[in-house]
Amino acid sequence: MMSPSELPKRHNTWKSFVWFALFILFLILSSIASEVDLSRFFENFDQMGVILGKMMHPDKSYIKIVIPPLLETIKMAIIGTTLGAIFAFPFSLAISRNLVKNKFVNTILRFILNIIRTIPDLMLAAVFVAIVGIGPVAGIISLAIFSFGMIAKLFYETIETIDEGPIEAIISSGGSKIDVIRYAVIPQIMSHFFSYLLYAFEINVRASTVLGYIGAGGIGIFLQRSLSQFRYDQTSIIVIAIFAVVLIIDAVSNQLRERLL
Amino acid sequence: MILPTQPKKHWFRNTVIALFLIGMYIWAFSGISFDGVKETAGAVTRSILAGIIHPDWAYVYTGDGEDLVSLLIETVAIAFLGTFLSAILSLPFAFWAARTKRGKRVISGSGKIVLTAIRTFPEIVLAIMFIKTVGPGSFAGVLAVSVHSIGMLAKLYSEAIENMDQGPTESIISAGGNRWNVLSFATLPQLIPEFISYTLYRFELAVRSASILGMVGAGGIGTPLIFAINARSWSRVGIILIGIIVMVTVIDFISGSLRKRLV
Repeated sequence: MMSPSELPKRHNTWKSFVWFALFILFLILSSIASEVDLSRFFENFDQMGVILGKMMHPDKSYIKIVIPPLLETIKMAIIGTTLGAIFAFPFSLAISRNLVKNKFVNTILRFILNIIRTIPDLMLAAVFVAIVGIGPVAGIISLAIFSFGMIAKLFYETIETIDEGPIEAIISSGGSKIDVIRYAVIPQIMSHFFSYLLYAFEINVRASTVLGYIGAGGIGIFLQRSLSQFRYDQTSIIVIAIFAVVLIIDAVSNQLRERLL
Repeated sequence: MILPTQPKKHWFRNTVIALFLIGMYIWAFSGISFDGVKETAGAVTRSILAGIIHPDWAYVYTGDGEDLVSLLIETVAIAFLGTFLSAILSLPFAFWAARTKRGKRVISGSGKIVLTAIRTFPEIVLAIMFIKTVGPGSFAGVLAVSVHSIGMLAKLYSEAIENMDQGPTESIISAGGNRWNVLSFATLPQLIPEFISYTLYRFELAVRSASILGMVGAGGIGTPLIFAINARSWSRVGIILIGIIVMVTVIDFISGSLRKRLV
């Protein structure tokens, strides 16, 4: 085979220039809009040094106080993820285009899912603290909604890529819709579902640690308290504790996910 | 007719897993009081929904710089600048954490641990630390976003470096090219599209976090939202939530279509 003699096309320099100019323009406009002032940053950098200096000497006695709310945080993440997953499972089946052929239902449900996914977790928590009051319940509800959005998105994308063969086989041998889901769909996707559930759980553990900051239960309340009292030595012990928990949960969850897939 | 053999029943393993799960859920539900829910919950929910249905349209643009549109623009600006700074700061971290043929495992391993630590450090705590340094406002938000994003961006970058195709590099070396040629003709053309794509993705997430950071005073739309919630002015909350949903959707759409053209 002869190799092609032409060289690959050069990039359109004009186009790249326009993109570059646009980019610089956005940068300048953003710096104006967000009042960036580097001199202020470097002038006050010693302040940062003071904070970091205090953080370098964590208050070890505080660890006893931190453990119960940390466990509460993990509990919130477990319940929130589970609730979200329970609702996400049928929802994902309903919005998969290869299972439900009704375009109208698909579009409406996807629109709802997209809206849910745009709202940041802390913002949900702020709204639910206003609704149900300060405490872990607000955190659990917002984590449930947050994980619902995440799991449903990942899960329906997997359902849409499954092998259609078993579905056709069951339909052609007279199986009902329930039979299709039970014998053709679920065996193909169940391990993915649990993998996404664990993934959402990992993210929720991280997210739940700050929810308390606005009153939604867990360790975040202590984070807020230590920061407002300028006890950075306590802040750093909380951060270290969170880090340890996240590392352990990530390791366990990764092990489980590798076995599942 | 031969039926497929029944899959082996790991009854012992399954019982252990089931018992573990039951135990875990009993533990999880113990000690969390569900009766702390306020009786007003129903009424508040109804007024929030009413607020979303009848939003405070007057707040969209007032011209004094404290209205919805100006603050949404400020939020996007925080995310944009923060992501840009973070992309630059991430480069050295990415090369540190990438496991390449020549590099030592200890070095890349330590880099990966540092990146995990940065990812875990709560963004809100960072924001408060920067507020103490540069004062409340969007600049603190920019700095918080730029430091926090390193944890994820540098991880994605380093994975791109690890998965890079070594073919072009080898062919340039065997054709007599020097290190500079390798960088400009083999490494960068492969990495830059992936880096830009990851940076755009991180920008989408940064828009979400920039809209949260205002809750602690680091600029953007979060500040008026938390004020409106505390003041129970639900029509204001409604219009802000609608604004955030529209902003995030538009940004996701633009960034998503740019990413599709890149890869």
